[in-house]
Amino acid sequence: MSDVLVVAEARRGELREVSLELIGAALAVKGQAGGRVLVAVLDPEPDRFAPALSADGVDELLLVTAPTEHFEAHVWQRALEELIEAERPGLVLLGHTIDSLGFGPAVAARRGLGFASDVISLSWDGGPVAGRGAYGDKLVAQLEFPGKECTLLMARPGTFEPVPAGSEAAAARSVELDLDGVAASEHLGFEEVQEADVDITKAPFLVSIGRGVEDQDEIPRFEALADKLGATLSVSRPLVDAGWMPSARQVGQSGKTVKPRVYLALGISGAVQHLAGMRTADTIIAVNTDPEAPIFGVAHFGAVADLFEVADELEQVLE
Amino acid sequence: MKIVVPVKQVAALDDEFELLEDGSGVDPDFLEFELNEWDAFSLEAALTLREGAGGDDSEVVVVTVGDEEAEEALLGCLARGADRALRIWDEALSDADPLAIARVLAAAVTPESPDLVLCGVQSSDAVNGATGVALAGYLEMPHVAVVKQLDYDPAQSTATVKRELEGGLVEVVRLRTPALLTIQTGINEPRYANLRAIKQAREKPLEVTAPAQLGVDADALAAAAGSRRRDLRPPDRGEGAEMIDGSPNEVASRIVEIVRDRMSG
Ligand SMILES: Cc1cc2nc3c(=O)[nH]c(=O)nc-3n(C[C@H](O)[C@H](O)[C@H](O)COP(=O)(O)OP(=O)(O)OC[C@H]3O[C@@H](n4cnc5c(N)ncnc54)[C@H](O)[C@@H]3O)c2cc1C
Ligand SMILES: Nc1ncnc2c1ncn2[C@@H]1O[C@H](COP(=O)(O)O)[C@@H](O)[C@H]1O
Repeated sequence: MSDVLVVAEARRGELREVSLELIGAALAVKGQAGGRVLVAVLDPEPDRFAPALSADGVDELLLVTAPTEHFEAHVWQRALEELIEAERPGLVLLGHTIDSLGFGPAVAARRGLGFASDVISLSWDGGPVAGRGAYGDKLVAQLEFPGKECTLLMARPGTFEPVPAGSEAAAARSVELDLDGVAASEHLGFEEVQEADVDITKAPFLVSIGRGVEDQDEIPRFEALADKLGATLSVSRPLVDAGWMPSARQVGQSGKTVKPRVYLALGISGAVQHLAGMRTADTIIAVNTDPEAPIFGVAHFGAVADLFEVADELEQVLE
Repeated sequence: MKIVVPVKQVAALDDEFELLEDGSGVDPDFLEFELNEWDAFSLEAALTLREGAGGDDSEVVVVTVGDEEAEEALLGCLARGADRALRIWDEALSDADPLAIARVLAAAVTPESPDLVLCGVQSSDAVNGATGVALAGYLEMPHVAVVKQLDYDPAQSTATVKRELEGGLVEVVRLRTPALLTIQTGINEPRYANLRAIKQAREKPLEVTAPAQLGVDADALAAAAGSRRRDLRPPDRGEGAEMIDGSPNEVASRIVEIVRDRMSG
């Protein structure tokens, strides 16, 4: 008999979608785990999220009032440690998100929990079994957690089916935790995303280049190619990190989420944070020299080919 | 000022790798090794801070948990300017999970009493994104993950950092030091080592030790481990992509055809 504790996530007063995915994952194993599904939310005003988190099958909401206006890693860490101590769940589910990665692993380390991050599948075999990528997602490992009374898993956003809204309010309990003086950092402000001259999220056709282009001097050529194709040029992160392209052109978790009719990826491996920004494009075409590149896992069409040779020929064909 | 930088020698799969017959791992003949991309940025951040601080008592120490292959990564860091290196290994650490690695790192970092510990956000092969914050948990150190700008004020014992959130949003926070930060790519421009520095790296101190010598015995290691691997398989890619075969010309023609079809109507 194991209870499952889901830790919901909110930012600036809005519940994040991953919260409903985590509840979905919890409900999918609830029968086999044999316990309850508890959903905790930490926020200066946690009550505001109770309706959205009241999915059918959720046994209880744990509403924890945060002493800080925004996420603070040490406060969240202490709160989760105390919730685990008090509720004794067998499984804790967090999102593999920037906030949760800021405290989840510390909780697991300090409490000696079973642990896996970037989890892409969850099943039950006497205890949780988690799937996660290995070698940059070219392989998948199944992990088990022998001898652990509690296991903390961080689930990849966009992987588990989110639960629909429930038919009635779930039972809710306010949990008082002493979190004063726990914070070790102070929020000084947010920096909003800058407006830019190009909005790649509006482009119906993106030609997207990655580290495979290798050289800054190659960029103008792909700008011209995109132009000829009637497409907009976008890029993976390394080209922005290197200062070759402005961040407004970056597709992915820390860049833009795009959903064009066609996404043509040239020399992009398909790292999880890149896929997070483009996997729902209507048609994805990938050109990569590596037949095992994870991008082929989401592409509709693929070619194992040298991107420069293909670019040469595209220029010819369009002449 | 003392800064400890945990670095990892990552393994990339060859284009045509093979799995071991028992499915427990990849045949090591098909692995290529290099310094984790993120760790080049955390090392650079440490070196810049040390240079800014000046003085003889500033030190950048690189630490890795890895077998002999990993020494190359340490030598690369020494060549770029790290002062000292430490490699920790025991066969029991093959396939170790991030909590076990963090447990070992904690035992090595504690006696150093650093002002800052700079990890990478993630390792490109394992993509745990977890070792740094787990290490902070063991060290009971203030921590911030995914840092894209760092301003350290040793006099005040604070660091003001920009934390990169999803969608390009950035949060500015100030935290107490000593602290552990996980460093994001793009925060700086990692330097290259020149030939002379590469030669001189061999003369810098590189200590090799084992977890047991740091007080982490086999039982402690087993207790810290967060998971056990059942098996390793190629991913189930569903139907997968429809592959376009043929010459580059045929590939290009087909791409144009698909684009025209999808963009019309
Ligand atoms: C918190 C966080 C946020 C992140 N956010 C983002 C984000 O928003 N967007 C993003 O893109 N990444 C992001 N990343 C980085 C991500 O993890 C990867 O490092 C990055 O996406 C890799 O970019 P890439 O595919 O261009 O490069 P690589 O992974 O190096 O891939 C290059 C590919 O090019 C292929 N190639 C090489 N030469 C050729 C050739 N001649 N012809 C054809 N193919 C060739 C190679 O086979 C390889 O597959 C983030 C990481 C973290 C930790
Ligand atoms: N074996 C290791 N030895 C030293 N540092 C490591 C090791 N594994 C991970 N790290 C550190 O933890 C960071 C994140 O790695 P990971 O949690 O594996 O994604 C890396 O960038 C390193 O700073």
